[in-house]
Amino acid sequence: MKKFITTIRHMHFPTAKALSLILSVLFLLPCCLSLVSCHGAKNLNAFDVPDEFDTSRTYEITFWAKNDTNATQKNIYNKAVEDFQALYPNIHVNIRFYTDYGQIYNDVITNIATGTTPNICITYPDHIATYMTGDNVVVPLDSLMKDKKYGLGGSEVRFDSPSSDELIPQYIEECRIGNDHFALPFMRSTEACYVNKDYVEKLGFTLPEVLTWDFVWEVSEAATKKNADGTYAINGQKTMIPFIYKSSDNMMIQMLAQKNADYSTPAGDVLIFNDTTRELLDEISTHAATGAFSTFKISSYPANFLNAGQCIFAIDSTAGATWMGSHAPNIDISEDKLVDFETVVYPVPQFDPDDPKMISQGPSICLFNKEDSGEVLASWLFASYLLSNDVQLSYCQTEGYVPVTSKARESEAYLDYLSQKSETDALHYRVKIEACELLINNTEYTFVTPVFNGSASLRNAAGDLIENVTKSSRRKQTIDDEYYEKLYSDMRTLYRLDQIESKTTGNIKDLGKMPKTAVILLVSLCVSWVLIGAYVVYRTIRKKKA
Amino acid sequence: MKKCIIAVLSLSMLLAMTGCKKDETTKAADESTTTTAAESTEEVTEDTAEQSSEESAEASSEDTSASEAAAVMSYADYAAAELDAEVTIEAYVQAKQSWWDNTATVYLQDEDGAYFCYSMACSEEDYAKLTDGQKIRVHGFKSEWSGEVEIVDATFEIIDGTWTATPVDVTAELGTDGLVDKQNQLVSFTGMKVEASKDANGNDVAFLYKWDGSGKEGDDLYFNVSVNGQTYSFTVESYLCDKDSEVYKAVKELKIGDTVDMEGFLYWYEGANPHITKVTVK
Repeated sequence: MKKFITTIRHMHFPTAKALSLILSVLFLLPCCLSLVSCHGAKNLNAFDVPDEFDTSRTYEITFWAKNDTNATQKNIYNKAVEDFQALYPNIHVNIRFYTDYGQIYNDVITNIATGTTPNICITYPDHIATYMTGDNVVVPLDSLMKDKKYGLGGSEVRFDSPSSDELIPQYIEECRIGNDHFALPFMRSTEACYVNKDYVEKLGFTLPEVLTWDFVWEVSEAATKKNADGTYAINGQKTMIPFIYKSSDNMMIQMLAQKNADYSTPAGDVLIFNDTTRELLDEISTHAATGAFSTFKISSYPANFLNAGQCIFAIDSTAGATWMGSHAPNIDISEDKLVDFETVVYPVPQFDPDDPKMISQGPSICLFNKEDSGEVLASWLFASYLLSNDVQLSYCQTEGYVPVTSKARESEAYLDYLSQKSETDALHYRVKIEACELLINNTEYTFVTPVFNGSASLRNAAGDLIENVTKSSRRKQTIDDEYYEKLYSDMRTLYRLDQIESKTTGNIKDLGKMPKTAVILLVSLCVSWVLIGAYVVYRTIRKKKA
Repeated sequence: MKKCIIAVLSLSMLLAMTGCKKDETTKAADESTTTTAAESTEEVTEDTAEQSSEESAEASSEDTSASEAAAVMSYADYAAAELDAEVTIEAYVQAKQSWWDNTATVYLQDEDGAYFCYSMACSEEDYAKLTDGQKIRVHGFKSEWSGEVEIVDATFEIIDGTWTATPVDVTAELGTDGLVDKQNQLVSFTGMKVEASKDANGNDVAFLYKWDGSGKEGDDLYFNVSVNGQTYSFTVESYLCDKDSEVYKAVKELKIGDTVDMEGFLYWYEGANPHITKVTVK
């Protein structure tokens, strides 16, 4: 090496300079590449809709579906695939079934890293926001939806596709992340309060037109009265939890929305740790302490308590309506425990009856990008097939879901379905259909929370605030300023909300002392520049002297 | 001078490259929001795990002093304690159901009764130390979920002693009010007959994946067995006994009408819902 350098020094200047430049490039290039590789991940090109769908080729696509531990839903998915493949014999759809959105999320994340994502999956927008932090991982759907040939209602589509105008506006809007739509709504639900009307009246109350939080708390407290033998006066049983909420995260989110209080912003500002949240938690803890309130995580499914006459207000998804009530098609307790009562279906309790607000939820469909745009187009065709009336109408009837297109909602078949409420026929179970009507009649009052990378964690934290306060109250622990300070701090740390806050507000968290290697690096850079400066000064002085 | 500058610059370059190397302790802080989704999530998972691990470790050490300070309850005291009460017990590990995210779910038992510890703070290293029969001291809160009485939000420490329970035959107690007193114990059932379950398509089968047949290989197995004209639903809990376990394979081989002896833990879900660990076809 020394010999090689000496040879260069003795070369003619232009030759030496050129060689030196080449060597510098050769030396620096691997360094640059190695630096880049520290952060690199294989990126796909942005998806462009092909002009034509190549029917001469065979496409194998994978669809990760979610069913609610419901065999009928699985059968509907399987039938949808069969029917679709009959229309498009060159597209083979492989389904993988999940019963848990969280598992789909985990598997997608794992497969993004290895470039083995499915083509299509059922998911929540919160999750898509995380998938999207990789470049071009999720396909923006706007150009596909509008495509004249293969888009919604497109001329070349082989099934009766709904047009863009026939998607319920609120639902497609929920799938917008930033400027583009990254999902299609598949089914929608909200939460309902399933009420034991008999017990409410037995306690001397009359159900109001709009259920309010004050009313629910008042009745629930009244129901905690016990007989001398320790049984509850209202049901004569040893167990009574008057008010049980299945999804505590939804509870907090809806309460804050109804109070017009801060939760988060679309930019990802975490605003939940505010005074209104504290007031709400104080109220909840009061009722948890008396035994008037509990949650699914702490006590179990609201439906089981409701059906056993051990609960008066059971809040769960409208998609869980088939489990609610004495005559529910799905019952998870033994027959001898069932109590006969009238089930009334209400929207979730409100703070302001004149300004109702309720969560919109339910599965959406997203597409993952692939190198082969034809494969993506094949995926799109199947995804949009899931919006056809055949699939929409059959799937929505399995639970208290509503179709996401006006085409399905206004169809004769759907209106006929809604008109046949029954206490004995499982398909037309009254409580299920009333849960659907609840959402249909209140679509304009539904809302969703902002979606960003970290919004799913924030949602978990929102629920945990209620879970923790409820548990602490039941355990007779002191809930004061110090308690809340620790609780908020724990939530920030556990769900890394402090880092989301840092990213969005620019308030960078103190990361502690700089690592030794970084200090050495900075010092050596400074020394280098000082030496370069000193050398320049030295050369200048020498030139002047010469 | 030139040599000196070149040397310093080269050193800087080397340090820069070294600094770029992933450092486990500084990774979370170093990597920015521009990383891929996968990277971000892995970080979240790893960091949460690390953090949970630290928290668990802290909790364990806190608990050591707490559990030493708190009086250890007998099974009778534990059974008599109100729900949500703070409890400290000592018992022997009979089976480990699962470990995830620095929490463990285990069945414990002593000579007087049994306990189900749900999602107890536990590092992976400590989980490995929870061998069958190992005595541990647990500090947590008594809770009830769908009828299953359990200890939650718990921490534990390993203490000296080993003991393994012998299954108690509770076949005659099925359907009686007294059965609940043996909740979570290692029990056995003898001479029960496999009854038909309806699968998703309405066919009679000997077992189901998930309660309604909507599951697949690897999910919980549900099967019906009868005695004295009464039919009961038993489960092979897939976390407790996964698809590679003997019992999972054995249940898949059951035929309607088979007579079987079984062992398992007397779990509760809206009534007795034994989690079977052993099946023998007679």
